Amino acid sequence: MEVIARGAEAVLYLSDGVVVKHRIRKSYRSPELDEMLRTTRTKREARLLALAKRAGVPAPVVLDVDLEEKKLCMSFIRGEKLSRLVDGMEEEELVRVFTLAGELAGRLHRSGIIHGDLTTANMLLSGKRLHLIDFGLGEVSRSLEAAGTDLLVFRKCVRSTHFNHEELIMDSFLSGYRRSFEQAEQTIERMLGIERRGRYFEHRG
Amino acid sequence: MGIEGTAEKLGVGIVSDSGEILVNRVKHMKLAEGIHPSEAAQHHAAHLPSLVRQALEEAGLEMRELSLIAFSRGPGLGPCLRVAAVAARTLALKHRLPLLGVNHCVAHIEIGRLTTGAEDPLTVYVSGGNTQVTAFAKGRYRVFGETIDIALGNCIDQFARELGLGMPGGPAVEKLAKKGSYLPLPYVVKGMDLSYSGLLTAALRLAEKESLADVCFSLQETAFAMLVEVAERALVQAEKREVLLAGGVGVNVRLQEMLGEMCSEQGAELLVPPAEVLGDNGAMIAWLGVLSYLAGARQRLEETQVRQRWRTDEVDVLWR
Repeated sequence: MEVIARGAEAVLYLSDGVVVKHRIRKSYRSPELDEMLRTTRTKREARLLALAKRAGVPAPVVLDVDLEEKKLCMSFIRGEKLSRLVDGMEEEELVRVFTLAGELAGRLHRSGIIHGDLTTANMLLSGKRLHLIDFGLGEVSRSLEAAGTDLLVFRKCVRSTHFNHEELIMDSFLSGYRRSFEQAEQTIERMLGIERRGRYFEHRG
Repeated sequence: MGIEGTAEKLGVGIVSDSGEILVNRVKHMKLAEGIHPSEAAQHHAAHLPSLVRQALEEAGLEMRELSLIAFSRGPGLGPCLRVAAVAARTLALKHRLPLLGVNHCVAHIEIGRLTTGAEDPLTVYVSGGNTQVTAFAKGRYRVFGETIDIALGNCIDQFARELGLGMPGGPAVEKLAKKGSYLPLPYVVKGMDLSYSGLLTAALRLAEKESLADVCFSLQETAFAMLVEVAERALVQAEKREVLLAGGVGVNVRLQEMLGEMCSEQGAELLVPPAEVLGDNGAMIAWLGVLSYLAGARQRLEETQVRQRWRTDEVDVLWR
């Protein structure tokens, strides 16, 4: 058993070629809340990963779910988190990868799947293929609000971690998104609306 | 000298250019209910002159011995900001002193770094008006997570007010929560952003039929767990080793305990500034003024208009 990643909420290890994602107990929160969060997120992730695959989005294949232990077994994808690759990428590659990322987001939304944590840390680049992972915060919803919020999460991630290429990344992402989702325009419009309603949006004349 | 006036608290502080806090006076407005912006502004206008005089007296200084006037330019409530700005401009003009309007949220971060010795922390800033998780990268404090609707402190205050627990609500809710047990409430995290308005509504509804202690406990547990979760993810993502607490909600012992546990699991250190500088105060504005001024920041009078929704990540951090 080899630990391959230690995130904020889970430990991932490789066991017989299979990835086991174990959502670990968080001692800072009350046990009931902790139990509830870990169970729902494990369950959700399993369900959404299956739906995502059906929607044509590359993602790990779920092999087993253990709700008692809060463990999810899935296929291993050899790849690197996109978040770690952005700074070393040429402009052309950035455009290609983020257009693809946007296209995948569009496919999700077209199928009523909200990722919930659409960030570059949850995108694995494996050769030319991009896989989406970490669906634990997601949901099934066809509402504009949910899809708009999903886009805003992505935009904020770009703003906080990839500020050097903010415009290029967003432009590519949205062009891919428009390509795969008929309601892209309304959703982008909603994203901007949600941002304007926010606590920290400065209106400038 | 720093003048803080973004919300219901009015602060005047004097700090030396080496970071010694000479005086830090804060005048709390008595609140029976929520903050009414124009009443708060009247309060500030009425008390600012005497607060400035008291601060000078306590520090044993005269106006002409100061070298800079700084004020909270935003974000905050328009009428309050304008009172602080007008007072600061008047003092600066009258005594021929340079004037700088500074960002309130960044001031919280910097006074925290000054008083705790934090070098490069992830800052968790929680107050009645703000909820933000930020970290420094390439010249700016980048926002990793923030509230998309109301602030954490506002959620607790409004809850307490509706139930007649008094203002500010934090201490009352914290006390009641000690005897409570857990009931489910909505837990809303979107990416790294937080939403507290649904939690407030649900908690108020729950209070109609459940024990107040249980609801207070559950409100705190849920609201804080959301914040700590976002802080933990941001800590991992930003690869920082320190967590700095800022803002008035930071005095909550349960919140400190939860953040402390998360930090020890992540091998990070939690740093909590003294209570006098956790909440809004003038010293933090003065100190950020000093840092900015020494780093070369200058503003002409017409460049000091207030900015009600000024974002933390729009400020160029010239001093780091």
